[in-house]
Amino acid sequence: MDFFSAMHSGLVSAGWPLWLANLVPPLVKALILLLFILLNCTFLIWMERKVAGHMQRRMGPMRLGPHGIIQTIADVVKLIAKEDVIPAGVDRWVFVLAPIVAFAPAFAVFMVIPFGPNLIAQDLNIALIFIAALTSFVVISFLMAGWSSNNKWSLLGAMRASAQLISYEVPLVISVASVALLAGSLSLQDIVRAQSQSFWYILVQPIGFLVFLTASLAELNRSPFDMSEAEQELVAGYNTEYSGMRWAIFYLTEYANLITFAAMASTLFFGGWSGPGLPPFVWFMIKVYFFIFLVMWIRWTLPRVRIDQLMDIGWKGLLPLSLVNLAFTGIYVLLR
Amino acid sequence: MLDQYTGVGVFLAVGALFVAVTLLAGKLLRPHNPYPEKLATYECGEIPVGEGQIKFHIRYYIFSLIFVVFDVETVFLYPWAVVFEEMGLFGFVVMMLFIGTLVEGLVYAWKKGALRWV
Repeated sequence: MDFFSAMHSGLVSAGWPLWLANLVPPLVKALILLLFILLNCTFLIWMERKVAGHMQRRMGPMRLGPHGIIQTIADVVKLIAKEDVIPAGVDRWVFVLAPIVAFAPAFAVFMVIPFGPNLIAQDLNIALIFIAALTSFVVISFLMAGWSSNNKWSLLGAMRASAQLISYEVPLVISVASVALLAGSLSLQDIVRAQSQSFWYILVQPIGFLVFLTASLAELNRSPFDMSEAEQELVAGYNTEYSGMRWAIFYLTEYANLITFAAMASTLFFGGWSGPGLPPFVWFMIKVYFFIFLVMWIRWTLPRVRIDQLMDIGWKGLLPLSLVNLAFTGIYVLLR
Repeated sequence: MLDQYTGVGVFLAVGALFVAVTLLAGKLLRPHNPYPEKLATYECGEIPVGEGQIKFHIRYYIFSLIFVVFDVETVFLYPWAVVFEEMGLFGFVVMMLFIGTLVEGLVYAWKKGALRWV
């Protein structure tokens, strides 16, 4: 973006050392995106409760502000003021580091997400690998949290979560690879441009999208795949021993990942920011919020599957399906 | 080329610092009143039995072994997808042979019952 290169050259001419001036534009971008994520997550938590409420013919939060819109802010204030209990038996360092390992990669993913033709923090040419690598850090943070908590529920929840995450990561990554095959690039910006010049990839990737959607629901630990925090069986899963703000960071990460999923779904299969009439950023946000709503809709529609069914769907259903889809995509690209 | 990646470090640092700063800022506001009962491990209100880091089933290990095979495969898939059009039919056939070999392993694991979650 022009603004940032102007900022960079301005700082260099003001006598800043080059390495320091190099750090400033990404830092500003990171802070803007952090604000974006915090605002959206605040809104999404409220939206989730409203959607859940209305789908069950309730009102959801209504007390604070019109239709309870500032409920989440009140919740955050409460969480900050809550006592931070670190139980006596925990492995302290790992316990404290787990929320950081969860949030930092989930946040860094936003660096490569294109919000508009020029509205992207950094257009890496390996964006898809970057995203695949950083999103799999979630497994490590779950295991860190679960193991260090010294709690049976936490450990069982973490083991289940990581079994689920690694099982669905493979079909997810392969379905994304089919899109990379069509676009011939791993940069998200290139993929969007390729679609705005031809057509949305959902038209030739309906199976790929189905695999992507199902696997993403599992990766997000979303119902019907919310095995890792099945309240009736595991209390709260890996974060049972976490309280106050430390717990809230895990919650925030979950919603940041939800935004990442929605952004990926719209970028890879539904043309990202491209669309007629409205500004690109508006198109992008419409698509993102549509997919977020879709996920919430699914959550309140389908019952939870059993763990053995979950593994069967992943290994015996989605994995072969995604490989077949990849082969057909290859043939399609050859004949194109 | 390399300066594209300074952003990665900056973003990871900002993410980590955000968590640290929120928790440290909260420290000024929140009460701190620990006592042994509060610090006990949660086990539905009972006094915890045994240690928390219990043994877990071998099947987790088996699944992660199969995962490693396929995850490494996907690392090869991405560069292949980028240069696919230049390689043409040859690239397609070679990759299908590679995936076919891995699928053979999957079928073997399937038949052996390694994918069964009991």
